Amino acid sequence: MHPAFSVIFLTTLIGVGQGLFLALYTGEIYSTLDLLPAQGGQFYVIGSVIAVVFMAAGLLASFFHLGHPERAWRSAARWRTSWLSREVIVLPAVISATVIYGGLHYFGWGMTADVYAVKGLLSPTILVGAAGTVAAFALFLCTGMIYACIKFLQEWASSLTVINYTLFGLASGFALATAYAAYSGSELVSFYGVIAIVTTVVAFITRVASLFRNARIKHKSTLQSALGVRHNRIQQRSQGFMGGSFNTREFFHGASVVWFKSIKWVFLVLVFPVPIALLVAGINAASFDLLAAAFVVQYIGLIAERWFFFAQANHPQNLYYQTVG
Amino acid sequence: MTQLALVIDLNVCVGCHACVTSCKEWNTSGIAGSMSDDRPYGESPTGNFFNRVQSFEVGQYPNTETVHFPKSCLHCEDPPCVPVCPTGASYKREEDGIVLVDYDKCIGCKYCSWACPYGVREIDEHQKVMKKCTLCVDRIYDESLPEAERKPACVMACPTSARLFGDVHDPDSQVSVAIREEGGYPLMPEWGTKPANHYLPRRKTKLKIHEDELIRADNPLKKEGHLPTPDESTPTLDDSTTW
Repeated sequence: MHPAFSVIFLTTLIGVGQGLFLALYTGEIYSTLDLLPAQGGQFYVIGSVIAVVFMAAGLLASFFHLGHPERAWRSAARWRTSWLSREVIVLPAVISATVIYGGLHYFGWGMTADVYAVKGLLSPTILVGAAGTVAAFALFLCTGMIYACIKFLQEWASSLTVINYTLFGLASGFALATAYAAYSGSELVSFYGVIAIVTTVVAFITRVASLFRNARIKHKSTLQSALGVRHNRIQQRSQGFMGGSFNTREFFHGASVVWFKSIKWVFLVLVFPVPIALLVAGINAASFDLLAAAFVVQYIGLIAERWFFFAQANHPQNLYYQTVG
Repeated sequence: MTQLALVIDLNVCVGCHACVTSCKEWNTSGIAGSMSDDRPYGESPTGNFFNRVQSFEVGQYPNTETVHFPKSCLHCEDPPCVPVCPTGASYKREEDGIVLVDYDKCIGCKYCSWACPYGVREIDEHQKVMKKCTLCVDRIYDESLPEAERKPACVMACPTSARLFGDVHDPDSQVSVAIREEGGYPLMPEWGTKPANHYLPRRKTKLKIHEDELIRADNPLKKEGHLPTPDESTPTLDDSTTW
């Protein structure tokens, strides 16, 4: 498949936003249970704003993918059958939940507000955050399933696709939360940092698993099944036109073999070992610069990872477009 | 239920591209508007087509055969492109099984083209909507046309009658009989899309003659040699009777 940067930025940016929101909420839950020191409302407000900015930027990027962005509202119609339609509904839901979550903290209705602490009640932020958490994980599911549900794109048609989208979102979101906690002088740096490291390690295992899986894939469609001609030796002599077409542009990544293979190593280095090393160093040194570098490096790596994810998928229609003529 | 479809006979297709040009001509001037082209006379021409003819070489020289292979939307009975559409612009008509795109609802997200294993959907780079074969839905029901011409433009154009058009759910239709009796098959059956369009294979008429049929001209079951002479005392039928 041809990697579209609109979709690469959409999936990576909303992943960061979802992960950051989940990090904020996880921190608040731990604080409510007195396992971590409580944060001031401002910590959650600014954190929510950052998460919303990332998700809104992803949403904005997605509009560049559309031929008719002015009709984008129509895409909520077929949620019964289309994972894309479900994503279109769930993404604004997560953004809304994050806005409300940050807004409640802004107005001082967080769990630190005395009125709830005294009465032992759940604060509105805990309830809204719980709804937002469900929505955020639903969004990971929708985003992953958009790709995993196309059964003949065999590189994508795997539960590993959904797992990887979830873990990459969590890892990058918690990495950003670590840097943010360091910047705002919060005590949650090592809490977020450890989760970021653990999710990155788990994501490494599942992503490498999917790389192994994809390296061993035996494609079900062949030139024989595409034409219905049973012969071991079939060669295309003409694809029917000399210039390009949508079929030759959309479904081939068009990069050289060397570039394609090197991107795999680029993302394997930038997403996993480098951020982990920077996180460990940053937590120990309590350095915002190192932790910010960890997030930035991992995010750049994720762009490469997503590029590779798209480029690696081999569409069966390519069987019909092997030779110009 | 009715399921309109094409049956394409690879045995008679000569790869002349008449169906391609006829399709382009009809649909670019049809009610759904033009199918845009870029640099049609330039260095790298590109454009929107609903139908393509491709050519494949089967076998190794000198024992090769050229297969000309027309490819357009197969109007699957279980079309994977329809449920993925987020707006409902891509739909399959209940009444005749034609898979269509509502150009006024399409947002141009290209997801349906990803979900089609055959690569028969193409985005119109200027109108920014997904386009595909309509089975000439604006032609086959047009009562101002003589009844014999209410067929897709590609079918009308084919000089060798390699393209048949009809209802594949009617067991007595021309297309159903052709599929049943001439070995019609669907493309990529492994994905369960149940394409309505079928292809008829290359086929050769051959006489099967065994070697002994060439050596012995008369009844091979009959023994040669001297016929046994019946004993004179044995009752015989008459002189013309042999054993």
